[in-house]
Amino acid sequence: MEFVIGKYNYWFYIFLMMIGLYAMIAKKNLIKKLVGMNIFQTAIILFFVSMGSKKGATIPIIQAGQAVDAAHYMNPLPHVLMLTAIVVMVSTFGVALALAILIYKRFKTLEEDEMQ
Amino acid sequence: MIKNAPVLIIVVPLLASLINIILGLRWRALSFPLMLAALSVSAASSFIALNTVIDSGTIHYRLGGWAPPWGIEYVIDHLSGFVAVIVSFVSLVIAVYTRKSIEREFPGKTVYFHSIFLLLVTGLLGIVVTGDIFNIYVFLEITSLASYALVAIGPDKRAPLAAFNYVIMGTIGACFYLLGVGYLYIMTGTLNIADLSRLLPGLYHSPVIQVAFAFFMVGIALKIALFPLHRWLPDAYTLAPSAVSALVASTMTKVGAYLMIRIIFTVFQPFFSIEVLPVMNLVGWVAAAAVIFGSGYAIAQTELKRMLAYILIAEVGYIVLGVSFANRTGLTGSILHILNDSFMMACLFLAVGAIAYKTKNTNIASLSHIHKTMPITMAAFVVGGISVVGIPPTAGFFSKWYLVLGAIEAGKWVFAAVLLISSLMTAIVFFRIIERVYFTAADPGHGKSARAVMDEAPLGMLVPVLVMAVGVLILGLFSGRIITTVIQFAVPSVF
Repeated sequence: MEFVIGKYNYWFYIFLMMIGLYAMIAKKNLIKKLVGMNIFQTAIILFFVSMGSKKGATIPIIQAGQAVDAAHYMNPLPHVLMLTAIVVMVSTFGVALALAILIYKRFKTLEEDEMQ
Repeated sequence: MIKNAPVLIIVVPLLASLINIILGLRWRALSFPLMLAALSVSAASSFIALNTVIDSGTIHYRLGGWAPPWGIEYVIDHLSGFVAVIVSFVSLVIAVYTRKSIEREFPGKTVYFHSIFLLLVTGLLGIVVTGDIFNIYVFLEITSLASYALVAIGPDKRAPLAAFNYVIMGTIGACFYLLGVGYLYIMTGTLNIADLSRLLPGLYHSPVIQVAFAFFMVGIALKIALFPLHRWLPDAYTLAPSAVSALVASTMTKVGAYLMIRIIFTVFQPFFSIEVLPVMNLVGWVAAAAVIFGSGYAIAQTELKRMLAYILIAEVGYIVLGVSFANRTGLTGSILHILNDSFMMACLFLAVGAIAYKTKNTNIASLSHIHKTMPITMAAFVVGGISVVGIPPTAGFFSKWYLVLGAIEAGKWVFAAVLLISSLMTAIVFFRIIERVYFTAADPGHGKSARAVMDEAPLGMLVPVLVMAVGVLILGLFSGRIITTVIQFAVPSVF
């Protein structure tokens, strides 16, 4: 039980990731695939962000003249990494939507099995 | 200049790609020379960097002067310098080729094409020179985004659909890679490759690290289209414009293979994947399946570009197979094959692109007697073909030779047999084409017009094809020298 509740953030991310993966693979509609892709990527952001957070810790800004104890601060690096990753993911999503528009113009449909 | 060569490799094409769009608004004619200039500087910097590495050992370049692990450092050793030279040189040659082919396929949009082309090369070179594992993710995605766009502009109606499937698979691959990075970070608190390599051995028995390794392998396998994760590749590479197919086929999968070698042998110490988590046998079987499957499907194809795409899947299998032997000879073969295969694939795809430019038809059945109108292109195609088969004076023979020796040394006779059988299968593929082109009797209906006039692709396309074909021959002659000056130092010293 401790294994499940104590690490609930990881379970949650795995659950979300599987939803996204399922939608990307099993759905026939291209936009639904993209929504799945977004959920999949968001799950990873959740994983990184939750890994940097800490109970009872504060933001890592050091005040002058104060003794620094690393245990009191959250780790900002995973959050910074995710800012970069979000930019990457947004651009991927943008490119994919542009492709979906192009596909719709050529095939007049977004259902994978209706395209000829 | 020499001190800053490691960073110039990337910064110059990156800035050029942005400046190009702004300049292109007004002076469209400047776009192409700008691309060539940027890629030339990049290629020259890679040559300088590799030379420095050969003379005085690994280069560590600290961006902004920040010491690792806080700052990002660029690390160029023998392996990354070698791959950087290949990528920058091959992309420069292909850039020359794009002038004619892209002008005709996308009149008026060449500026954007050049910018995305430069971005793609930036990403590839970035993966190679950086020494930070998260930085690799960012460059991996820059590369992928650029290639999605380039595949989608292909002339065929289905090209955007192929690109869309590529986006889905590529994103899954990149996300798995990112998860691997996260798992390593949780356990070690660092992203620097040298740091990781030092900290990880104590943690090798932790399941988190082992899962991270699995994530890396699956993610990279998706990116390099290792069988059975190859489904996106044939469509995407067939439907892309020919210059783009040549670029992505000859460089992207090779950089992916480089990344795989990096993860297996540098981030993790070699004994991790051999003793702690013995996956090398599994990797070997997967790669062997890729080799057989790719060559087998290539035989069944009737269209040249799709056939080459399946050949490429087999070639990726060769490189990974050599890695899986985990001995000096096998790995030498793999690294040499990264070089040879990028030249072979560029040569073949460029030649097919030239044929498509002239005849607008790349079905194998319609190729009869094309050597009369396009003798030089076909000669280059044949050189590339026999190199893929592995016939001696060409480069392909030497890397296959090392791979087979590596298999025998590792005592894996089945894999040696797989390598030889697949050589036979590719021989069928290419000899069938050679027979169709050179030895089919002329159609009776065309009896009178049999004296065809030479009608080659324009010089701007012909020269790159020739450079690559001659390159395949020269690399074959100098492979011994390449191994003694570079590759033997690129193989991890524990072997």
